[in-house]
Amino acid sequence: MPLSLLRYGLLGRRDSDAYFPPEPEFRTKAEVVIIGAGGHGCAAAYYLAKEHGVRDIMVLDKGYLGGGNTARNTTIIRSNYLTPEGVAFYKESVDLFRDLDRELGINLMYSERGHLTLAHTDAAMRTSRWRAEVNKHMGVDSELVYPDEIAKLCPQLNLSDGVRYPILGALYHPPGAIARHDAVAWGYAREATRLGVRFHQMTQAEGLLVEGGRVKGVVTGRGTIHCGKVLQAVAGSSSIVAKMAGLKLPIRTIPLQACVTEPVKPILDPIIVSGSLHAYISQSARGEFVMGGSTDPYPLYASRSTLDFKEGLMMHMLELFPFLAEMRLLRQWAGIADMTPDFSPVMGLTPVENYYIDAGWGTWGFKATPVSGKRMAECVATDRQPDLLAPFALDRFERFAPVGEKGAASVGH
Amino acid sequence: MKLMRCPLNGERNISEFVCGGEVKAMPDPDKASDADWGRYLFFEDNPDGEIVEWWLHAPSSYWFIARRDTRTEAVLETMTVQEWRERQGTVGSGQAQGQSADSQAHGAQGTNG
Repeated sequence: MPLSLLRYGLLGRRDSDAYFPPEPEFRTKAEVVIIGAGGHGCAAAYYLAKEHGVRDIMVLDKGYLGGGNTARNTTIIRSNYLTPEGVAFYKESVDLFRDLDRELGINLMYSERGHLTLAHTDAAMRTSRWRAEVNKHMGVDSELVYPDEIAKLCPQLNLSDGVRYPILGALYHPPGAIARHDAVAWGYAREATRLGVRFHQMTQAEGLLVEGGRVKGVVTGRGTIHCGKVLQAVAGSSSIVAKMAGLKLPIRTIPLQACVTEPVKPILDPIIVSGSLHAYISQSARGEFVMGGSTDPYPLYASRSTLDFKEGLMMHMLELFPFLAEMRLLRQWAGIADMTPDFSPVMGLTPVENYYIDAGWGTWGFKATPVSGKRMAECVATDRQPDLLAPFALDRFERFAPVGEKGAASVGH
Repeated sequence: MKLMRCPLNGERNISEFVCGGEVKAMPDPDKASDADWGRYLFFEDNPDGEIVEWWLHAPSSYWFIARRDTRTEAVLETMTVQEWRERQGTVGSGQAQGQSADSQAHGAQGTNG
C-alpha cells in the first residue's frame, strides 16, 4: 500500500475512475424493476445480483440516488428493540453493518459509540428492564444501568434531580453506532453497478401495468418497462406508489424533523436518547451535534420545518445538556416518514403477484438498510416470504398480529 | 404560529388540537369479518392532497371534521359533525362515498356533534 501510494504520488497522473459509470441506455425490458434508489433499493439490487444471480435489474428514482430519507436520517444503528421478532431482525442488520465497509469497499465511518436510552419514569424503567432482558435472551448486548454508571459513561449529562424529569436509569446498548448514511447507498449502488444493475435517476414511476392480479411492467416518463417482478422501496411515497398497484397500506405519512449544530471538538461520545422527553442527540465525526425528536403531530407530505419542533426539542435538550445553550444551529430539515400503527415495517409479498413491498419504515429505516436489502432480495428471488420477514407481512393487520415496537422504535410516545 | 378554526372555540393555535385520523366508513360490526375490521382499523387512504379527518380540540374535548391539503399544509375547511353529515355526498372529497352519515359518525372516539 505505501509503495503504490508513493508511485501514485511520483507518477503525477491524477486520473481515477468515476465513482459511478455514466448512466446506461434506458431499455424497456428488465427481469426486475426496483422503484426507489435509496439505501433499501440499492441494497436489494446488490444482494439480488450478488447472492441470487439476478442481474437484469433496473433501479428507478424520481430524484437522486440516496437523495430521500437515506440522506435525511440521523444515522443511528442499534438492535435494542422490544419484541423477539424485532430484535432478531435488527440484530442481523447490525451484524451486516459491522462488516459492510469491507464488503462494499467504501469507508462508512462506522463508529460504535454506545447507546443510552434514558428513563425518567417508573414506566420507562420497566420498559428498559423488559428490553434488556429480551435483548440478552436474543444475544444482543443491552443492560439496565443506574445514574452512577451513567455518570461514568456520559459525564456531560445533567444527572441532577433538580430538573423537571430527573434521570432514574437507562438502557445501555454498547453496540449502538453511527455511520455515514450517504456512503451506505453509494457503496451498495456502486457494487450493484459492477454486477450489471442499471440505475436511472430522475425517472419517476408513474404507473404500474397489472393484468390478472399480476404485475407486468412499470410506466415511466421515459417509456414503459416490461418486467417480471417489481419491488417498491420508496419510504415516504409508499402509499402513493402502492395505490398504483391497487393496494391500500396501513400507513400514515408524517414528517420527521431533525437539525444539526455548528461543528465543535469531540465532547459527546455515546448516543443519548430519551423517549419520555422526545429527544435524541449524537455528535457526528465532523463534530456537529445531530438532534431529532418525535414525528410531527399530523400527516403531511411536505418537508417543511416548524418552530414548534425546535422549541419543544431544545427545551428538553437543554435540560439534559445545559452546555448546548451556547451552541448555534447550523441546519434543519425534515424527512417524510411512512408510519405504521405498530412501529414496525411492512415487508414482503403483496396480494399482487410478483409485486413486493418494502415500506412502513417510519423513523427506523436507515439502521435496517442491509438486512432489508438482503431479505427483500431473497423474497423477490424466491417469491416466498423469508422466515425473518414473516412477522412483518402486510396481512398481519388483518390477522390482528402486530409487532408492537412503539416502546423501542421511536421517541414519539 | 399555525392556526385552525374550531367550530366551537374559533381560531386557536394548532398545538391545541389532536388529529384523530381519516374519516372512514365503519363496517357493520355484527357482519364484518376480522379481516374487514382490521382493514377498517389500520388501513389508510393516506392521500397526498385533500384529506377529511376527525380533529379534537383537546382543552374542550370537542370533536369536529376538518378538510386539509397534505401537500400544502393548508386547512381548507372545518365543520361540525352535524354539518359534515348534512353535506355528505356533496363535498367532492372522494372520501367514504356511498356510506350513511350515521356509520361515519360512529367511527369517532365519542362524537360531540
